[in-house]
Amino acid sequence: MSNAKTKPFEKNIRPVGEVWVWVTGVGLAVGLFMICFLLAVIAWNGINFFWPKKIAEITLSEDGRSAFRGEHTLPGVIIQRRNLTPENLSPTDSDLIDLAESNRDYMREMMVFTGNRDLFATQNFAFLNMGDIESVAFPDDLIRIERNQWGDAIGRPIAIRTADGNEITADTTDFIKTLRMKVDEVRDRRAEIIRIERRQMGRINSFINREELEIRYLRGLRDPSAAQVVELDQRLQRVEELRAELEPLSHASAALRARQNETQFVFEVVGGVIREQPLGDIINFYFPNKMSLTQRFGWFCWKIWEFLSEHPREANTEGGIFPALFGTFVMTVLMSLAVTPFGVLAAVYLREYAKQGPLVSSVRISINNLAGVPSIVFGVFGLGFFIHEVGAVIDTLFYPRMVAINTPVFGTGGILWASLTLALMTVPVVIVATEEALAAVSRGVREGSLACGASKWQTIQRLVLPAASPGILTGLILAMARGAGEVAPLLLVGVMALAPSLPIDDIFPFVHLDRKFMHLGFHIYIVALHSPDTEATKPLVFASTLVLILLVIVLNLGAIMIRNHLRRKLQSSAF
Amino acid sequence: MSHTFQQKEFKATESGANAMPSSQPDFIKIRDFDFFYGDSQVLFDLNLDIPKQKVTAFIGPSGCGKSTLLRNINRMNDLIDGIRHNGDITIDDYSIFDPLLEVISLRKRIGMVFQKSNPFPKSIYENIVYSLRVAGRSKKSELDEVVERSLRGAALWEEVKDRLSESAFGLSGGQMQRLCIARAIANRPEILLMDEPCSALDPIATGKIEELIHRLKEEYTIVIVTHNMQQAARVSDRTAFFYLGKLIEYDETQKIFMNPGQKQTEDYVSGRFG
Ligand SMILES: Nc1ncnc2c1ncn2[C@@H]1O[C@H](COP(=O)(O)OP(=O)(O)OP(=O)(O)O)[C@@H](O)[C@H]1O
Ligand SMILES: [Mg+2]
Repeated sequence: MSNAKTKPFEKNIRPVGEVWVWVTGVGLAVGLFMICFLLAVIAWNGINFFWPKKIAEITLSEDGRSAFRGEHTLPGVIIQRRNLTPENLSPTDSDLIDLAESNRDYMREMMVFTGNRDLFATQNFAFLNMGDIESVAFPDDLIRIERNQWGDAIGRPIAIRTADGNEITADTTDFIKTLRMKVDEVRDRRAEIIRIERRQMGRINSFINREELEIRYLRGLRDPSAAQVVELDQRLQRVEELRAELEPLSHASAALRARQNETQFVFEVVGGVIREQPLGDIINFYFPNKMSLTQRFGWFCWKIWEFLSEHPREANTEGGIFPALFGTFVMTVLMSLAVTPFGVLAAVYLREYAKQGPLVSSVRISINNLAGVPSIVFGVFGLGFFIHEVGAVIDTLFYPRMVAINTPVFGTGGILWASLTLALMTVPVVIVATEEALAAVSRGVREGSLACGASKWQTIQRLVLPAASPGILTGLILAMARGAGEVAPLLLVGVMALAPSLPIDDIFPFVHLDRKFMHLGFHIYIVALHSPDTEATKPLVFASTLVLILLVIVLNLGAIMIRNHLRRKLQSSAF
Repeated sequence: MSHTFQQKEFKATESGANAMPSSQPDFIKIRDFDFFYGDSQVLFDLNLDIPKQKVTAFIGPSGCGKSTLLRNINRMNDLIDGIRHNGDITIDDYSIFDPLLEVISLRKRIGMVFQKSNPFPKSIYENIVYSLRVAGRSKKSELDEVVERSLRGAALWEEVKDRLSESAFGLSGGQMQRLCIARAIANRPEILLMDEPCSALDPIATGKIEELIHRLKEEYTIVIVTHNMQQAARVSDRTAFFYLGKLIEYDETQKIFMNPGQKQTEDYVSGRFG
C-alpha cells in the first residue's frame, strides 16, 4: 500500500570475507607446495641415482694449482659445480680472489666422482678449481666398472689377461664382446657360489648351529643323566654328519671361487696409472658415453630392479636393499595383523558395550593421548615388557635349555616384538577411527536388527562391523603409514643394520618371529650417518627413502583398494 | 527364563468380523503405565487392552507419545539411557518387564515397522531373511520360500523378484518401506507394530499396505500408529486417541469416528483440533 520507494540493496564495494579467502588459500598452497617439493626432491635424487651418468675426461692446465695426484687429466662423473665464497677460502687460496678478477671461474669449484677408492686413499671425490680446467671431454672408450669391493672403478680399458697369459687388447674388435662374456661367466659362477654358500651351506649351518646350542647345554650339565649322555652322543654324531654333508659343498664353492680370479681386467686409471682388476670382483660394467637413450633407460630399469632385489654389499654402502625392504614389509604386515583385531575389539567395547560416562570419556581421552606419546617410549616399553618379561617367560617355558646357556630366543629383540611394539603405538589410531565408524552406523539400522530378534552381538557382527569396515580400514591405513616409517622404537626391540637372515625363509618353521631383521628406515639412518664416506652414499639414502615412501604408498593403496571394494559391496549387493 | 514365556500356548479364539471387543480375549494389556525419558514424563497412567487378531490404531497429535508406547511393547526403548517406567505391560498375561524374560525371545514374536524406513545395507534377499538367519535358520529352500511369501505379503514381490540380490538401497522410498514390512513379517511374528507405515507412500502403495493389513490381521495382532484419520477408520477395529501422553478415549473405531465420547476426540478426528 505504501508508495515509498523500496530501499536499494547496499552496494558491495569490498566483498566481505575476501581477505580470509586469500589467507586460507595461501595457507593451503604453502602446505601443498611443501609436500610436493619434498616429494619432488626425494624422487629426483632417488631416481637420479639409477640413471647412468656420462664420464667426463677433465684436463687441467699444466700451471694450474689443482693437479690430481700429480696428473693433469682425470676421468670422473661431474656431480656438481658450486661457487666458492671468499669467506670459505683457506688463507693459501686467497690469491684466487685476485685471479677471479680476470676469470670468474676461479671462484667456482667442480665436484667430481672419481671412483677407484682402492687407489685414491679411499677418496671417492675430487674437488677441482674450475679456473684450472682447460677442457672437458666425453670420450667413448671410458668404462665404469661395478665391483664387489671398493666401489666403482672408472678408467680406460687396456686388455683382458687370461689365466694362461693370453692378452686380448682393447683395440681388438671383439674386445667388448669378450669382456661381456667373461663378466657374465663370472656372474653366473658367483650366483652359483651364492646358491651353494648362502642357501645350501647356510641351511646346513643353521642346523649345525641348532645342534651346537643343544650340545653346549648338554656339555654344561654338572651330572647329566644317562639319557642326556646318550642325547649328547647322538647330537655330536648328527653334527658330524652335517659337517660331512658340508664338506663337498665347500669344496665345490672353493673350486668355483678359485676360478673366479683367473682372468684379469687391465685398465688405465688416470694418467699412466695401470690397474689390474681380478674379474671375480667385477659385477658389471658399462660405457656410459656410448649409450643411446634407450640403452640408458634399459640400464636405469635394470639398476632399479637390482637395487630392490639384491642384498647390500660393503657394509650397506653398495648393492641392494632387499632384506630391508622385505623386513619392513613383513613387520608392517605383522603389525597390521596385530593392531586390527586388538583395536577393533577395544573400540567395539568402548562404543557399543561400555556405559557412556565420565570413566569411558577419560579412557577415550587417554587413548587419544597415547597417540601423542613419543615413539621411543613405546620402544622402551617393548624392551622392558615384551622382551624382558613376556619373552623371558616364553623362553623359560619353551626353551629352558637356551635359557640355561644364556642364548635367549624370544628374550631378545626380534620381529615379533618389534611388530607388537608398533602395534601398541598405532592402536590408538585404529581405535579412534573404528569408534568414529561405529558411531556413524545409524540408530535405525541397529533398532531394525534388534526388532528382528537379533542379539546385540549379532547386530554388531552382521550389520555394524560390516558397515563400519571402510572406516576401520581407514584407521588401519593411518596406522600403517605411521608404523612403517617409525625407526626409533625399533632400535630397542630388534632391528639390525645387517641381519644374517630373513624373517621368512625356506627353513622350518619358515616364519621366524624371533629373528632380528633389517628395516628401511634404520637402513637409511645407517647409510646416511654411519658409512665411511657419507658423501658417496648420499644418493643411496635418497633412493632408499624413495623406496620407503613407495612401500608405504603401495601398502596404503592395497588397503584403499580393499576399502573401496568393501564400500562398493556395501552400497550394492550381497554383503 | 525365556522358555516359560515361549512355551505358553495361546488359547484358540473364535474370530468373527463383527464380534464385539468384549468377546475377544485381550492379548496385550497395559496397566497403570507411566513412562519417563530421564526426568520428563511422556506417558501418564495408561490403561488399555489390545485384542488378539484385530487392528488397533493409535492416533493423536505429534509428540503425544504414540511411538513411545509402541516402542515399549517390544522394549525397543531399552536402548535409550535414562528411561524409567511404572506399571506393567503383559502379553498373554506374561509381563514383558519380567527380569527373567529374555528380550530377544520377546522381540522374535513381535515384528516392527519403524516410522523411518531402515533397510539394512545388504541385498533385498538378505534383508528379508535376516530374522531367520539370526535365529540360526539357514536352509536355502526355507529361506527362498520365506522371501517370496513375505514379499508377496508386502505387495513387493512383482517389483523386485528379478533383483533380489541387489542392494536394498536401490529401492524407492515406498519400496523400502514395504521391504521393511516384509522383513517384519518374515519370521511370522504374532504381533505386528507399525509406526506410520504409510507416511512415505503414495496413495497406490498406501492402498496396497492397507489391503495387506486387512489380510494380515487374520494371522497377526496389529498395532498401527497413523496420522491419517481415513486410514485409521478404514483399517482398524479399535482406535485409541492420545493427547499429551494421556489416553483420552479408546473404543470401537466406528464409535470413535461416528460418536466419540469426548469433545477432544471429536475435535481431533474431525480436524478441528487446535
Ligand atoms: N529419546 C528420547 N529422549 C527424550 N525424549 C524423547 C525421546 N523420544 C521422544 N521423546 C519425547 O517424548 C515425547 C513423545 O514422543 P513420541 O515419539 O512418542 O511422539 P509421537 O506421538 O510418536 O509423535 P509423532 O507423531 O510426531 O511421531 C515427545 O515429547 C518427544 O520429544
Ligand atoms: Mg512417532
